Amino acid sequence: MADAVRAEGLVKIYKSRSGEVRALHGLDLTVEEGTVVGLLGPNGAGKTTTIKVLTTLLTPDAGSATVMGADVLAAPKDVKRRIGVSGQYAAVDEYLTGFENLDMVGRLYHLGAERSRTRARDLLDQFGLTDAADRPVKGYSGGMRRRLDLAGALIAQPPMLFLDEPTTGLDPRSRLGMWEVITDLVGGGTTLLLTTQYLEEADQLADRIAVIDHGRVIAEGTSDTLKSQVGGERVEVVVAHDADVGRAREVLSGVGIGEAVVENRSRRVTVPVSGGASVLVEAVRRLDGAGVTVSDLSLRRPTLDDVFLSLTGRAAEESDDTGAAEREVTWVGKDVP
Amino acid sequence: MSGIRQAIGDAATVTRRNLIKIKRVPDLLVFTTLSPIMFVLLFAYVFAGAIGTQNTGVDYKEFLVAGIFAQTVVFGSTFSGISLAEDLQKGFVDRFRTLPMAPSAMLFGRTASDVVNNVISLVVMGLTGLVVGWRIRSSLVEALAGALLLLLFAYALSWVMAYVGLVVRTPEVVNNASFIVIFPLTFVANTFVDSTTLPGPLETLANWNPVSAVTQSARELFGNTNPAFPPPDAWPLQNPELYTLIWIAIILAIFIPLSIRQYQRTTSR
Ligand SMILES: Nc1ncnc2c1ncn2[C@@H]1O[C@H](COP(=O)(O)OP(=O)(O)OP(=O)(O)O)[C@@H](O)[C@H]1O
Ligand SMILES: [Mg+2]
Repeated sequence: MADAVRAEGLVKIYKSRSGEVRALHGLDLTVEEGTVVGLLGPNGAGKTTTIKVLTTLLTPDAGSATVMGADVLAAPKDVKRRIGVSGQYAAVDEYLTGFENLDMVGRLYHLGAERSRTRARDLLDQFGLTDAADRPVKGYSGGMRRRLDLAGALIAQPPMLFLDEPTTGLDPRSRLGMWEVITDLVGGGTTLLLTTQYLEEADQLADRIAVIDHGRVIAEGTSDTLKSQVGGERVEVVVAHDADVGRAREVLSGVGIGEAVVENRSRRVTVPVSGGASVLVEAVRRLDGAGVTVSDLSLRRPTLDDVFLSLTGRAAEESDDTGAAEREVTWVGKDVP
Repeated sequence: MSGIRQAIGDAATVTRRNLIKIKRVPDLLVFTTLSPIMFVLLFAYVFAGAIGTQNTGVDYKEFLVAGIFAQTVVFGSTFSGISLAEDLQKGFVDRFRTLPMAPSAMLFGRTASDVVNNVISLVVMGLTGLVVGWRIRSSLVEALAGALLLLLFAYALSWVMAYVGLVVRTPEVVNNASFIVIFPLTFVANTFVDSTTLPGPLETLANWNPVSAVTQSARELFGNTNPAFPPPDAWPLQNPELYTLIWIAIILAIFIPLSIRQYQRTTSR
């Protein structure tokens, strides 16, 4: 299948009075037509910048990209005709009603008056905004604006969608609704690049996940590949006394599928497991038998933090360049087919 | 050709969006119309006595109204810059910039809807002028030509302000910055006083100020001049319509392409 997105060596440097920020640092990305790719990364990783370059909002300082066969630098208008975009912050007009917003966007996609109106009504319906359709957006909640913005991205039924954190700020029900909409679209053959900070979301929606950090892709693969690298579920135990840490580690290594890791300062011992709650029960029984006093115990699924920890050897929010770079290279080398 | 038709259609869509805002935020319209009324009343009743007929040969109220017309439409043009900066600040421009619309549409739509704004304030001001004693003493055609020239001049300035708005990006700053420029521009002119009463260098400045030429044109076209008292002997005021049109052409030739280019490389955040 053809590539819907092909980006090579993207570099973007923001210059401001306070200095330069290297937002993209040689980013390569490929999205196959008809697939969903999730761009996963912590705050400031460069997700939004990537989307902005691919949607022609920003000119990169180096590198090249094509979207649906059109070059973002040489033929931005051809790109725009084939894509729908919903940015990280809802870009809707406060003074227009929900309907007027969508109708306007439809017309600017050159759908014509008739079709813009019907599409607008359909989408308002689909996104649960029918009741608010004819009220000015000024009175919408954050989640309603978000949904309206997404509807704007869909109005022309473009073959390629870019959604920047589409579910941030949505309540759980709306989030599930959004996932459904996205799943339907993808079922209909739409190609999608979405960014998210939630591993769970990428897991639900994406065929492939690209983890980005410091403006480059540090790992890329299916969610299973990534998860197996992170180690799936883990049992986390905080022991009450420093003296028990060693014993807890031995015990937990016995119930887990890998070595237990100790975090001395917080007396936390973590071990990757498989088998869910039953392992938890087993762990409690054995810890008790060994006379370890436990002050906290939990079963955790891997989070974005875990992905980061395992990929870069540091937590997502630490912005420490040194040391991480080497591991990034080896990881990419291991995973990219 | 279809490209041009599409661009016009896009600009019309944007214009419609801007006009809806005027309708939804009536405060905006109220203030657009209240401030010219205030100016007409202030000048007509506060200064008229002190200034009298000077050496213009017409009653001050008669003299004044064209000046206030000019000042009001010049101020009206700042609206283009402020609104664009607002759209940038709220991130709305990002939506437009991902759509396959003509890049010029946002700006043509903006400047077009601001003409509507200016038409409304001209009408309100004209009515207020009539109430305080101003009269059109020419023909209807000439009067309309006068109004048209005022609107064209304001339209050209809208493009200057649009550029400023795109560069400055903060509505409040655009507002303050334009005040600093527009006050001297509309006061060092023949708008409220006869320019011959100004001290030496200011008089020259006033005579060559395009706002003076617009005002002089409007005065002549409304028939608010006295042939016995010709305008100052400066080329721009002897040929005010031509001088105004030259300014309009130059401003549009420079600022339309400049603003469109700036728009294309500006992102909201
Ligand atoms: N307009 C700008 N001017 C200067 N620096 C910027 C600008 N926009 C982004 N940056 C910087 O570029 C880097 C990448 O930002 P970007 O918005 O792409 O991150 P992100 O992955 O989308 O983060 P988030 O999860 O917070 O949305 C950050 O360090 C950010 O501070
Ligand atoms: Mg972002």
